[in-house]
Amino acid sequence: MSATGSPVLNMTVFAGFVAITLFVVYRVSHRNTSTSDYYAAGSAFTGSQNGIAITGDYLSAASFLGIAGAIAVHGYDGFLYSIGFLVAWLVALLLVAELVRNTGRFTMGDVLAYRMRQRPVRAAAATSTLVISFFYMLAQMAGAGGLIALLLGVHGKGGQAIVICVVGLVMIFYVLVGGMKGTTWVQIIKATLLVLCVVLMTVFLLGKFGFSISALLDEAAANNENGRQLLEPGAQYTTTTSQLDFISLSLALILGAAGLPHVLMRFYTVPNARQARRSVVWAVGAMAVFYLATLVIGYGASALVGSERILASTGRENSAAPLLAFEIGGPLLLGIVAAVAFATILAVVAGLTITASASFAHDVYANIVRGGKAEPAAEVRVARLTAVVVGVLAMIGGVLANGQNVAFLVALAFAFAASANLSTLLYSLFWKRFNTTGTLWAMYGGLGSCLLLVFFSPVVSGAPTSIFSGIDFQLFPLTNPGLVSIPISFLAGFLGTVLSKEKADPAKQAEMEVRSLTGIGA
Amino acid sequence: MTQVVRPRIASSRPSPGNNPGRNPGSDFGGITRQSSAASSGPPGQKATDFTAIQKSPEFTALRRRFRGFVFPMTALFFLWYLTYVLLAAFARDFMAHRLVGSVNVGLVLGLLQFASTLAITFAYVRYARRRLDPQVGAIRSEVGR
Repeated sequence: MSATGSPVLNMTVFAGFVAITLFVVYRVSHRNTSTSDYYAAGSAFTGSQNGIAITGDYLSAASFLGIAGAIAVHGYDGFLYSIGFLVAWLVALLLVAELVRNTGRFTMGDVLAYRMRQRPVRAAAATSTLVISFFYMLAQMAGAGGLIALLLGVHGKGGQAIVICVVGLVMIFYVLVGGMKGTTWVQIIKATLLVLCVVLMTVFLLGKFGFSISALLDEAAANNENGRQLLEPGAQYTTTTSQLDFISLSLALILGAAGLPHVLMRFYTVPNARQARRSVVWAVGAMAVFYLATLVIGYGASALVGSERILASTGRENSAAPLLAFEIGGPLLLGIVAAVAFATILAVVAGLTITASASFAHDVYANIVRGGKAEPAAEVRVARLTAVVVGVLAMIGGVLANGQNVAFLVALAFAFAASANLSTLLYSLFWKRFNTTGTLWAMYGGLGSCLLLVFFSPVVSGAPTSIFSGIDFQLFPLTNPGLVSIPISFLAGFLGTVLSKEKADPAKQAEMEVRSLTGIGA
Repeated sequence: MTQVVRPRIASSRPSPGNNPGRNPGSDFGGITRQSSAASSGPPGQKATDFTAIQKSPEFTALRRRFRGFVFPMTALFFLWYLTYVLLAAFARDFMAHRLVGSVNVGLVLGLLQFASTLAITFAYVRYARRRLDPQVGAIRSEVGR
């Protein structure tokens, strides 16, 4: 059975994507010497362009292959993820996007340190940015190995390592040459292809079932080993622990998105708050279409391919969408889906790399080491160097984590973002008294409790699926720490502020509040 | 290079109790606040009295309008999402109840989450265009920006 179609064709379509994007990156990037060019593309993108780019940044390979696969195999439970991922954008729209655009320039640290003591707060912001970006990136790169096996027919670890390194090198090239502008165009091209691709598949599937959702659902249930349970929630959540785990994950999803550093950084690529608002509107629109389409694709894969064949193939759940593409469009459509999946990894990792490098160069180098007096050219040089280091780390991490089950890292990155970043951002923007101590307590309290809870969770030990399945030092029953760590972070921020003698600077607070709402001085 | 120029009090409104904060760095135990690019305007820009703006009726009205919309709306969608999640976790039979053909309550509620997200998005955009943006424009033109 040829589950992979033609590896040569898959490779060709992907090479075509790389060639086109490299050309675009080369054309749009002039010199990228100023910090504003490198970090924020000169803030010259429009809201609609940035909205599509956000979509490209946010929809990782896990969203595309993972959610479609989860719906195909587990049914409704997969759909629950999509809803969390989408609703999360309301937090960004209402509370974060415009205010962050008005107060910061390049990084999350700009906003958090605005009215606080610069050094400790920027150090905390950079720590959180680097930890989250690294976890998120590791999940992407580790997934690349499985994808290579599935789509390119490369099964040896050595061969996969070579492909992972090629992906890493192309990504580093995008970031070095293109800066934020080039990276943004890669996101835009990728998001457009991805959304077009899923919409076409959806329309085809709906047509095949006479535009009757009910007929599609019946057929999906008939070809799935879960039967009609496929259409109901909770197939995976039968015990109290698993139900709490699900609630914990849901909280992390909707509160985490607006605290992801690579998402926050995208708001600086537009000229003003109004364009930041438009960005979110476009992103919400594009993602609503995408997640609705994955629902149809997931059920369609169950109906036309069947859960048995999906689980028997190389990539298990992740192969649902590619198998369906092969079923309805032959090798060519499979090639396109494969290329889009690769492009997705490439684009997301590029976005993470530029975020991590910006945070290190801007927060750590320029503001902590050089006390805010760095030469722009030197700062960009540091950022480029960091991008290379981060890229190489991503390649090494990807090769080492290849084949490991690290999908939980994405959910974990969301939990980190919700526990460390969102609490401090909201306090900083909306609570007058919030001060440096509160910021540090909230960030380190959130990050620390997350790390500790994960370390003592079934993810690390004490369960058959754990990283160390042989030993058992598990103390905390949930795999996602959000339910506990998010409240801890908010509480720590409150207590740190109330218990410290330090007073918030009223003039700085006035400046930040006025600037955040009106953009005066931005 | 981009020194934060502390504002002259441009407004006629006195701002009692805020003057100590005017002295940059003094209230942070001697640690001088770096005037990073993020926390200052372009060089040569006229100083702006943010404290006076913050106390002005135009700005307090803007803040009231903004918070009066986003806080209740956030509470609303958060509770609505939480209800949905709790139903999915604990009320499986209810969610599995069939409505039309194989379409059940769970699927309809899930699609309603999509619908409410889009509806809140457009409601906010409309509200911002009508009630927030003009007010921001008024404040900005008042301070000459």
